[in-house]
Amino acid sequence: MGIDQELKMTRPLSVQKTVSFTSAKHPARRLRRLREAVIESLLLLAAGSSVFVTLAIVFILVSESLPFFKHVPILEFLTGREWTPMFSDPKFGILPLVAGTFLTTGIALLLAIPMGTIAAVFLSEYMPARAREVVKPALELLAAVPTVVYGFFALLFVTPLLQKALPDLAGFNVLSAGLVIGVMIIPYVSSLSEDAMRAVPSHLREASYAVGATRFQTSFRVVIPAGFSGLTSAYVLGISRAVGETMVVAIAAGMQPNLTINPTEPAATITAFIVQVSLGDLPHGSIGYQSIYVAGLTLLSLTLAFNLIGFALRRKFREAY
Amino acid sequence: MSRSEMVRIERHLNRRKVADFLFAMVGLLCLLFALLTLLALMYDLARTGVPRLSLDFLASFPSRFADRSGILSAWVGTLCVMAVTAVAVIPVGVAAGVYLEEYAPKNALTAIIELNIINLAAIPSITFGLMALGLFVYEFGFGQSILTAGLTLGLLVLPIVIVTTREAIRAIPNTIREAAYAVGASKWQVVQHHIVPYSAGGILTGIIISLSRAIGETAPLITIGALTFIAFLPTPPVSGDAPYVSFQWLMDPFTVMPIQMFNWVSRPQPEFHVNAAATGVILLAMTLVMNGAAIYIRYRFRKRVKW
Repeated sequence: MGIDQELKMTRPLSVQKTVSFTSAKHPARRLRRLREAVIESLLLLAAGSSVFVTLAIVFILVSESLPFFKHVPILEFLTGREWTPMFSDPKFGILPLVAGTFLTTGIALLLAIPMGTIAAVFLSEYMPARAREVVKPALELLAAVPTVVYGFFALLFVTPLLQKALPDLAGFNVLSAGLVIGVMIIPYVSSLSEDAMRAVPSHLREASYAVGATRFQTSFRVVIPAGFSGLTSAYVLGISRAVGETMVVAIAAGMQPNLTINPTEPAATITAFIVQVSLGDLPHGSIGYQSIYVAGLTLLSLTLAFNLIGFALRRKFREAY
Repeated sequence: MSRSEMVRIERHLNRRKVADFLFAMVGLLCLLFALLTLLALMYDLARTGVPRLSLDFLASFPSRFADRSGILSAWVGTLCVMAVTAVAVIPVGVAAGVYLEEYAPKNALTAIIELNIINLAAIPSITFGLMALGLFVYEFGFGQSILTAGLTLGLLVLPIVIVTTREAIRAIPNTIREAAYAVGASKWQVVQHHIVPYSAGGILTGIIISLSRAIGETAPLITIGALTFIAFLPTPPVSGDAPYVSFQWLMDPFTVMPIQMFNWVSRPQPEFHVNAAATGVILLAMTLVMNGAAIYIRYRFRKRVKW
């Protein structure tokens, strides 16, 4: 059988000469099987590439961080209150960076979780379907704005605005960075929460309405408890985004490590430190180079911890209908 | 029921209705707050940046002087990096999506891959940059080049392409597959002739969204050492002399629009902030246009295709 016939066979609807395909030993059939197997393994390779990415991230972060702990004892790293790796007398205590990260994340979440949840309830339980089709994509545009643009907005719009109310506010401060990150993650929280609420079966709502509950009561006593595991996923994604957010804090919060809980002061987050060091010229293998990997590893561990907590909460609150 | 009881119940009902109404107002305010913030952001950026936009601004290199600076190297760099990202992420992402929907057996490996894709969305983008610095820049020796940047962003947006491809494929009813198998098609023929063409709209949406995300990414590129001051263009891909086509541009140093904007916004002088705003206007317009296109394509396909 010639190659042209083989080509014809690949077109499913083309009329073909009556050749016996039933025998597994037929060369065309073997070729076809071989090709199918090759294609399937190529596709599997593509799917496996995402696992490769994760492994590469963990491997590189760990292997580039290990030499760092030959210079700095882990205890000093975890409990030190000063972080000055680029000074001539370097101090490597991660606490100021972790505090800065928690502070911006905390401010962002104080804004995004209530507003995102309320917006999701409104979208899912109050809004007519047609209006929702317009408003939800518009809200999601907030997540499409480049983060560097948010940084510009935080530094040159939000900070001057806040300074009118708080004259003591520094030009670089954690407050406006945190608030802007909060706005940025509202769509992550609201979109996923809304999906979770709409996945709650409507007979639960109908039962609630049938005994005379208002939409408000139904939302908070039936829909939210029933969809809580989905809400947890939304919150965890929001937290992950806030913890890992880089440009807004690098631009608007200043880049000095500062162990403080005062949001009107400048401070650095883990991510801002990595940016600050990367902007300079770093010799491969120097302690400065290692310090950004250690910072990255800390960041990844924090994100992982939040995701594990979220996973545990989801299991605890999962409701099956 | 006594009259006083009636009154009490009525009062109670009214209170509940008022609470319901008040909450609706709060919900509306939350939505308005988010949308108005978006508008304020756009307005503030446009007010500062639009007057600075000109052909000169697009055709000049960055300079020490704010009024002579432009974003030529930045937008050319963004285009080059996006080209690499697209070439890297489209085949891999679509293939992975097809595998997971059409081929994957229900086993531990598949479960690991799926869980991993969900979790990749939570990994901070800057750690992708750290990984790329260790792996692409130093281990593979690609240097701080367009190739490294494109691959880094490709890996970053890979989950978006995979997830949207899977969603698009899942919408195709099984009857289509069964009909194709019934006339003797092989698995790959079903995918090639039916699954991929019918889900093309959804896949395209995912690709556009992933590229719009990649275009605005700054942090991972700063981490791999993208320069902030580039006053030259990458090597042209075609030339008059043999061999006419050159891939040297892949290895050239680069800057991109978000990094140029970051550089300008970090300077104290307000004149540079104007440049940053103008760059931001272009960047924001590009992402909004891409997102708008994605929404439009999704809408068109949903309307046209009725199973």
